[in-house]
Amino acid sequence: MAEVLPREVLICTIARLLDGVRHVAVGASSPIPAAGAMLLRAMKEAGGAVGPRISILGSVEHNFFTNGSAELFDCAGQGRIDAFFLGGGQIDGFGNVNLVGAGDYPRSSVRWPGSFGSAYLYFVVPRVILFREEHTPRVFVEKVDFISAPGVSPEGVFRSGGPVALLTGKGLFRFDKTRPGFELESVHPGHDLAEIKQATGFRFEHDAAPQQTALPDRATLDLLRGRVFDELAETYPEFAAQMRRDLGTVDA
Amino acid sequence: MVLSEPRAMAKHIEPGMRVALPVDYAGVSMAMTRPIIEHGAGDLDLVCVPTGGLQVDQLVGAGLVRTVETSAVSLGEAGGAPRFNAAVKDGAVRLKDATCPAIHAGLMAAQKGSPFMPLRGLIGTDLLRHRDDWRVIDNPLADGGDPIVLIPAIKPDVTIFHVPIADRFGNVWIGRRRELAAMAYASRTVLVTVERIVEESLLADEMSAAGVLPALYVTAVARAPKGAWPYGLWGEYPADSAEIARYAKAARTTDGFSAYMAQAQMEPA
Repeated sequence: MAEVLPREVLICTIARLLDGVRHVAVGASSPIPAAGAMLLRAMKEAGGAVGPRISILGSVEHNFFTNGSAELFDCAGQGRIDAFFLGGGQIDGFGNVNLVGAGDYPRSSVRWPGSFGSAYLYFVVPRVILFREEHTPRVFVEKVDFISAPGVSPEGVFRSGGPVALLTGKGLFRFDKTRPGFELESVHPGHDLAEIKQATGFRFEHDAAPQQTALPDRATLDLLRGRVFDELAETYPEFAAQMRRDLGTVDA
Repeated sequence: MVLSEPRAMAKHIEPGMRVALPVDYAGVSMAMTRPIIEHGAGDLDLVCVPTGGLQVDQLVGAGLVRTVETSAVSLGEAGGAPRFNAAVKDGAVRLKDATCPAIHAGLMAAQKGSPFMPLRGLIGTDLLRHRDDWRVIDNPLADGGDPIVLIPAIKPDVTIFHVPIADRFGNVWIGRRRELAAMAYASRTVLVTVERIVEESLLADEMSAAGVLPALYVTAVARAPKGAWPYGLWGEYPADSAEIARYAKAARTTDGFSAYMAQAQMEPA
């Protein structure tokens, strides 16, 4: 078994989380989620099945919309987008996401770009995957300073979508909207529970000895390192080149 | 429609006006940025459709902006928008933080001449909490207990964008960037810079006509080759990411921003 890069573990985990979707949308400058979606498509097609449709915002190659930047949101509102990714300057234990800034709004001490489409998409896309590589207490906080998009909504508020999982550079969490809260599902190779607890500002459920995140098999790795990185290079040339450079140092 | 040039077009902007600007990949008229700053009309209320970048940062840095209504402001790969972020920290601009589909909904309401457009989502966000112009009502068509947000019509005084082609009749080709049409429908004045102006009517061929914003909505057109630079223009040229990064670095300080704006000129064609 060849060595697997940490980012390859993330990409393969995303492909697993997306299994079954018909249409996945990926934000601009999100190469890892895009690679995960492309990997799922490649795996489906290798098995003779139909892969998911992938919309990458800001990409010419992967943008089949003809009605301007409103169409993605209209499409989501119509129920035509099954999965989407959200990051966040802060994410808390209730699944609330803050993309606006740290400190007292509006004069945030640190201002992030803004909420983008999160305040809508989080409500109407059934399978939202929270993805943030940096796993530190400043990102994963007890309570966000500003709610761009809430993890759950009260009874009676229209809500066909929301978070299902949180993937970080250290592990994978599932979101339980009934509590609400996160449960640690698996730990990536090279990390452990104690380290994740220390790096997470909110409380989460976990097994006494959580399992390790599943690693890809040879066939999946071959697809990833071949077809998927080729496809990825069209939209994210620097990221694809970096991945291939990193691979050159581990894979004889 | 008037065939004009950027400096003359900037004179349409008066202090206190509401100005709509497109997202960085849709066709930003960077060619208008310096003429607007030289013209100097301030207290502008910017509407970013649905997000802002370099142009917004430069207008904020030049001190012309009173409020920014937007779903985000950033320089993309080059990082945060330095003058915007500094103005937020200093309280120098008023924020109307939004979410992309809410901006589109507001323009859609204006396009239809309606007072508002209902929009799902938003309930329970701090965006809604800080927007006293957005309202929550009970969906009157349901049996009750279905709250929904109303977004008021967004009616800009001026819309400014850049596209590849205009014809000499003032029709402009927006291709599939339909948000540019939405902005134009909603605005009183529409200022467009283009790469080139063609003799034959763009409406003469059904293939190009489908992507045309007719002259009816266009106030003035000016030719400005590479007019989106350092942003790219769809179908024409890519973004100059090195130049955007150069700006991002320079504009970290007010002095660096002033020096950049004084010196940087249009890339030689």
